[in-house]
Amino acid sequence: MTEKSNAQIASVRTGPAVLVVDDERDFMETLVKRLERRGFKVTGVGSGRDALAALGQNKYDVVILDVMMPGMDGLETLREIKLGWPRTQVILLSGHGGEEMGLRGMAYGAYSYLLKPVSLTKLVDTAYLAFEEGGVR
Amino acid sequence: MSIFRLKDLGTKIAGMALGFSLIPLITLGVTMYSMFASTYHSKVRANIITLAENKRQGIDLFLREQVSQLRTMAYSNTVEDLSSPGKLDSILATMQLSSKTFIDLGLINEEGRHVSYAGPYNLAEANYKNEDWFHQVMVRKIYVSDVFEGFRGFPHMIIAVKIQDKGRVWILRATIDSDIFDSLVRWLQLGDKGDAYLVNRSGALQTRPRFGNKSEDIYSSFLGTPFSGAKVQEHESDRKKIFVGGIWLQEKDWLLVIEEDRQGELAPLFKTQAATWAVVGSGIAFIIIGTLMLTRMIVVQQERMEREQAQLNEELIQSSKMAALGKLAAGVAHEVNNPLAVIREKAGWMRDLLDEEDVKSSPNFQEFVDAVDKIEQHVERAGNVVHRMLGFARRMEPVCNDVYINDLLKQTATFLDNEVRFRNIALNWDLRKDLPAIQSDASQLQQVILNLINNAIDALDKKGNIFISTNFDSQADMVEVRIRDDGPGMDKEVQRRVFDPFFTTKKVGEGTGLGLSISYSIINKLGGSIRFESELGKGTEFIILLPVKHHD
Repeated sequence: MTEKSNAQIASVRTGPAVLVVDDERDFMETLVKRLERRGFKVTGVGSGRDALAALGQNKYDVVILDVMMPGMDGLETLREIKLGWPRTQVILLSGHGGEEMGLRGMAYGAYSYLLKPVSLTKLVDTAYLAFEEGGVR
Repeated sequence: MSIFRLKDLGTKIAGMALGFSLIPLITLGVTMYSMFASTYHSKVRANIITLAENKRQGIDLFLREQVSQLRTMAYSNTVEDLSSPGKLDSILATMQLSSKTFIDLGLINEEGRHVSYAGPYNLAEANYKNEDWFHQVMVRKIYVSDVFEGFRGFPHMIIAVKIQDKGRVWILRATIDSDIFDSLVRWLQLGDKGDAYLVNRSGALQTRPRFGNKSEDIYSSFLGTPFSGAKVQEHESDRKKIFVGGIWLQEKDWLLVIEEDRQGELAPLFKTQAATWAVVGSGIAFIIIGTLMLTRMIVVQQERMEREQAQLNEELIQSSKMAALGKLAAGVAHEVNNPLAVIREKAGWMRDLLDEEDVKSSPNFQEFVDAVDKIEQHVERAGNVVHRMLGFARRMEPVCNDVYINDLLKQTATFLDNEVRFRNIALNWDLRKDLPAIQSDASQLQQVILNLINNAIDALDKKGNIFISTNFDSQADMVEVRIRDDGPGMDKEVQRRVFDPFFTTKKVGEGTGLGLSISYSIINKLGGSIRFESELGKGTEFIILLPVKHHD
């Protein structure tokens, strides 16, 4: 048991650091747990402001950002992130009706945008690609 | 809108227009006519008065002349001359030189016996002592008699002059030719049916009128005390209306009566009356026809406008209903989507945890796996519904390509080949060959066509016909697609709600009730229109019109 959790921690340590930003707390927490299980070092926050605060404290390779959020929305947050941490890759998650925002996000420098509901496999793959891209740059 | 209200409007407009134009017209006609009539009446009366006065002067002059001629004869000849029949004959001949007015001449002594007589009658022996005129002339010196029959038993009048000579009294008497007098009186500028005659104070005729016997009623109101000047009145008898003028002579207490035919005198007035009525009548006819045409036009126009308005309203209602439901669907979809996403992730997390050794060893492991499977399966199902709702709500710009409707129909129908064969349904094609390609969104159109054919198949159930036809309206530059089934048709209630979202006649779980409303909004977005005709027991036909060129 202990052995296993140690291995888990080790894998967490070695994987890319990911910040999940989503106002739907249950969704965010579950996604954090599932990504952690797949070897990422994951932190979850519930708003754009918290995301910027988290970025100020730690270094993250990839930010998974929900577009539709109350208060500071995904696009604003994206702009702030790109201003402060240009090397951090951002994957936008948007629901229906948010395609346009997603496309605009791409123009603002997002790495990719994915439509909800997205399969975890796809998300993980994209996150790895983003991480590699960030590393190359 | 209600037909009654329109009819009412028509009646109101017609009433107003007729009232405002006919009342002044009729008033004008009546006023003009009555003014003209009264003017003309007074003119006619004035004419008759003038005529009567002139005539009276003429008759008075005639009488004066005859009296003075007789008097001249009486005073310029001696009684001896007058008493000699030979002399008297030559005197009468002298008098008759200028006119044949005097028929005979006689000298009468104070006993009333003829002393001498010249004339055509044998009156030498006549004694006038008891005659009325004899006494009158004794008193008045000059006397003009009324018409009387006398000894000859023939109506005539006489003029007598009293002669006083050497203390004796003689009377020179002359008979006036009543024919000459009659024609003098009658001779007038009279109309065809006019008449003129004299009556004495008691109403007896003194001259022969032109026409028959005269009823005393005609002039009775003029009788009595003589008045100065002429009077005119209207008289009606035996369905004949006349103007009657009366004037008293100055030389004798006789009344000159003049009759004028009212019809003849007023002929110009009657002509005017007829003309007035003709003008007013044709004016009224014109106005009525014009008003009716105008009213008809207004009502038809109004009707069309209201129909268009109603149609527009219906379309507006339909599209605003669509818009509202689109918003609602989008809202609901987003709200449902988030919990679905959470459920999905939680299920994913559970699936992740199923890899854990302790869970795998649980006796209920398979149950957990099945449960997670089911959860994911149903989340997927719910997700699909949400997806479709969003598809309905989404306002994406349609892609614009050249679409060949005939090919698209054929191609789409192949998707349903198996279904059609299985259900024993015949597809009947009537596609127009030279249909132009239209600029539209093929996949969206395909969705609509698929939906309509599917509905037709569902309506037919087992066995039946589906007719698919295309046509081109070059004037409107529209392509028409008709999809008809000979199924049971729809009742009014269903027809009314057919395009409403979530309205379905299918069993729960078989249809979402979104097909036709999505089709409706797709066709609308593509700039076309969709409508249907349905009759219970006969079937349903959907008609789609699509513009050849898409403007938007």
